[in-house]
Amino acid sequence: MKERGDVLVFAEQENGEIHQVSYELLGKGRELADRLGVKLNAVLLGWHIENKASELVYRGADNVFLYEHPSLQDFDAVRYSRNIVKLVKETRPDIFLIGATRIGRTLAPKIAAALRTGLTADCIDLDLDSDGNLIQIRPAFSGNIMAQIRTKTRPQMATVRYRVMQMREKDTRREGKIIKKKVEVINETGMKIIEKIRADEVNLPEAEVIVSGGRGLKKPEDFSLLQELAGLLGGIVGSSRPLVDAGWISKDHQVGFSGNTGKPKVYIACGISGAPQHLFGMRDSDVIIAINKDPTAPIFNISDYGVIGDLYEFVPLLIREIKKELRRKKA
Amino acid sequence: MSRPLSIIVLIKQVPEIEKVKFDFKTGRLDRSSAGAVINPFDLNALEAAVRIKEKIGAIVTAISMGPKTAENSLRDAIARGADKAILLTDIRFAGADTLATSYTLASAIRKLGSFDLVVCGEKTIDGDTAQVGPEVAEFLGIPHVAYVEEIREVNRDEILVKSKMGRSYYLIALSFPGLITVTKDVNTPRLPTLRDKIRSRKSEITIWNADFLLDVAEIGRFGISGSPTTVAKVYAPHTEKRRGLILKGNMEDAARRIVTVLKELRIVG
Repeated sequence: MKERGDVLVFAEQENGEIHQVSYELLGKGRELADRLGVKLNAVLLGWHIENKASELVYRGADNVFLYEHPSLQDFDAVRYSRNIVKLVKETRPDIFLIGATRIGRTLAPKIAAALRTGLTADCIDLDLDSDGNLIQIRPAFSGNIMAQIRTKTRPQMATVRYRVMQMREKDTRREGKIIKKKVEVINETGMKIIEKIRADEVNLPEAEVIVSGGRGLKKPEDFSLLQELAGLLGGIVGSSRPLVDAGWISKDHQVGFSGNTGKPKVYIACGISGAPQHLFGMRDSDVIIAINKDPTAPIFNISDYGVIGDLYEFVPLLIREIKKELRRKKA
Repeated sequence: MSRPLSIIVLIKQVPEIEKVKFDFKTGRLDRSSAGAVINPFDLNALEAAVRIKEKIGAIVTAISMGPKTAENSLRDAIARGADKAILLTDIRFAGADTLATSYTLASAIRKLGSFDLVVCGEKTIDGDTAQVGPEVAEFLGIPHVAYVEEIREVNRDEILVKSKMGRSYYLIALSFPGLITVTKDVNTPRLPTLRDKIRSRKSEITIWNADFLLDVAEIGRFGISGSPTTVAKVYAPHTEKRRGLILKGNMEDAARRIVTVLKELRIVG
């Protein structure tokens, strides 16, 4: 019988910080590796990042393959993929997981094509069948249907959506090996970063409170009402897709299948009917509060608190009551 | 004058998603009432190519793989500014996953000969994988930049693009030959004029089958036989019901009740 390969996770870093999705993948990867009786390995590329390698061990990795070189400091699809393809050929993992971030989705297909193996995009769950083959679950048709995908070739590669898997608690007593790999240095890639500009980003996936607006809003300026509410709650403003498509608010704010997945403590949906595409990006929130004029709106089926009414009446009242409460607290 | 750039735009014909009926109990979809259109993201790719053509001169070739009916989408591409159109259609191409699709498209591009730039949409609205562009680039052995939101400059040797990845914007100079995938932010696609539409009806669509690609490809890597992934099952998304407390009538009472909830959650106070 052929020996089964390990599970490999791509550890994404930007400016020397590990992306949280990588820890989530290590959480899921640990579970899969334990069920298969194999090791969980991570691959980390960058420059001056050796101290981050132990973080990956604390989150579940048995081995970390570390590639350090100045040319790997910023993400470069050619340089990253060439080194990773070599590693995969050498270590022959059975499963290879990559975060479905823009970096991950730029890199993973390049690696998969080079390895001539199957790649499943944007998975929201992973499981094993009785023979230990990977079952990959992903949405299609803008989140309207779910599909189970299987891969005949090895490694079975998947990109996995951010904020859907559980990361493990950090355990600083965990031990693992950090294996420094020789970097294949590529001078000319056909791509040159001319400038790197830090984006003022709305970090929806990591927000604790999200106040979202949908088609119930009458004009773009009315987002300021939601902004005021979000501000009082220490949260940020989200939006359903139609308003982003109409140019009322930037894509960073979009919650849903084609936008961001949020997992806040509180999600307040204002004037959002609850199309599958939207529910996709917020249904795992701890507490969902919805306000909508239409009592039959699907959003109420997944809400812990449903307010049937006009957001233009309710939201100002809610703001007033919160301010009252804050003043009382101060006094 | 120097020769025009050769730009290839990859196009997929997709069902009009708003008109596809989903049975949420079984997860089946009924496409019978939905027409077929160019994947919306590919319209941005085509527009980007046509704007480069207008600026510095280029021959824009639209390539699509699909059933014979995808000819309609290629005609639409010509109406919108493509100069040539090639349809890859063959039963042996059918049932392809992203790897086999990319391999087939890359083979066709090879067959075409030299090119400078391949432009793709960020993803398709039916498959949603965003994988075909980067996989085509790898099969062609050329660099790619995905999620391009802006084309800053273009000359005969390279293109300067802005892409957002992670928490940064990157301004990247991509040398030709190269591939980019573009988001909807890159431009607003123009509508074809009536005259262009009429003209496109008479234009010729080149049809290529699997045999035609034999000198550049292995037939076993097309279609189902070349696809490592299979869809084992399709079903409706699981939506957890948590219909909780419904508040209606007096909005002031409702607001107070929600404040109590926010206090319990330690969001307020």
